[in-house]
Amino acid sequence: MSSFKTSLAHEFTKGLWKENPVLRMLLGLCPTLAVTNSAVNGLSMGLAVIFTLTCSSTLISLIRNIVPKQVRIPTFIIVIATFVTVADRTLAAFFPTISKALGPYVPLIVVNCIILGRQEAFASKNPVHRAIIDALGMSIGFTLTLTILGMFRELLGAGSIFNLPIMPESFDTWLVMILPPGAFLALGLMIGIANWINSKLGIKS
Amino acid sequence: MNLLLIFISAAVVNNYVLTYFLGLCPFVGVSKKIGPAVSMGLATTFVMTMTATVTWLIYHLILVPLKLEFLQIVSFILVIASLVQLVEMFVRKVSKPLYDALGIYLPLITTNCAILGLALFMVMKQYDFIEGIIFGFGAGAGFTLAIVIMAGIRTQLELADVPEPFKGAGITMITAGCLALAFMGFAGLI
Repeated sequence: MSSFKTSLAHEFTKGLWKENPVLRMLLGLCPTLAVTNSAVNGLSMGLAVIFTLTCSSTLISLIRNIVPKQVRIPTFIIVIATFVTVADRTLAAFFPTISKALGPYVPLIVVNCIILGRQEAFASKNPVHRAIIDALGMSIGFTLTLTILGMFRELLGAGSIFNLPIMPESFDTWLVMILPPGAFLALGLMIGIANWINSKLGIKS
Repeated sequence: MNLLLIFISAAVVNNYVLTYFLGLCPFVGVSKKIGPAVSMGLATTFVMTMTATVTWLIYHLILVPLKLEFLQIVSFILVIASLVQLVEMFVRKVSKPLYDALGIYLPLITTNCAILGLALFMVMKQYDFIEGIIFGFGAGAGFTLAIVIMAGIRTQLELADVPEPFKGAGITMITAGCLALAFMGFAGLI
């Protein structure tokens, strides 16, 4: 029983750091770079991914034994596209400002390789509870990365975090950090730092 | 003149990779050498132009009259997946050398978010049919330009002494950042 519990805990925590989808596996880079110009945007994109990934993994895991192997990829895509449509419409109806800020990047969750990757690598081969835990771990890891990246860029680019002014008045904001080049630079630094921490901890990439 | 503006805007000013962050997977994955980068760019340009044509027709002739605009995500992704398959079969039949050159890169394009992004942006910007096609072609040309420049830089980067943790993905991102900075200079063009 205890080994069963540790393995469930392992399924959850692996997404947070060891197999972090953005920093370690370089998946889902488009939304990571595009929406992290502020912490709020990063967090909302993360929440949309948590919803889509958990729902798709649950459904795929439930129907994994009745879907023929040859048509699995189109099936995954349709399931994912359906949940993304739900998330997109919900955001547009209840949170119009966030929906506007994220723009086409919400529909683009469909082609986010993290989601399809987890269906193919995990949900289609594992029972429901494990699939849900795995999906939660991966998407929370994704959300944390996006939020941290968003906070970093917002702090330097606008002098605030979650719209709360942090930097003193005299601070000259680094406009480039909230523009596209800043996204590449910040993510490059973050990947480098993550690799450096891992090499100190002795975790192989 | 308007068409030329749309082309330049899609190709360099609002470059898909460097300002919209679309198509980063092939941009990072296939930019180690110049040869494959050129093939990937050409294959993507071809599929982008086709996608712009077909999704425009589907959106304006089927979804809008039936008031089914909310189905755009599901229908676009299906159209793109089958279109890539079709293009692959067509190219194999018609031109063997072209098929060998594009080969493995064609199927990869289905999962390229730039293609779906293109279809969504085209709908958002409310282009007419001809403008949509030019927009698709321009976006493809911009993607090719970015990936070929990146491949050129990365072949030089092989010889550079990069700090250990930044090797691979880290330095590629930072290089892309510098490239994006350079592309910002085009912003004054339109």
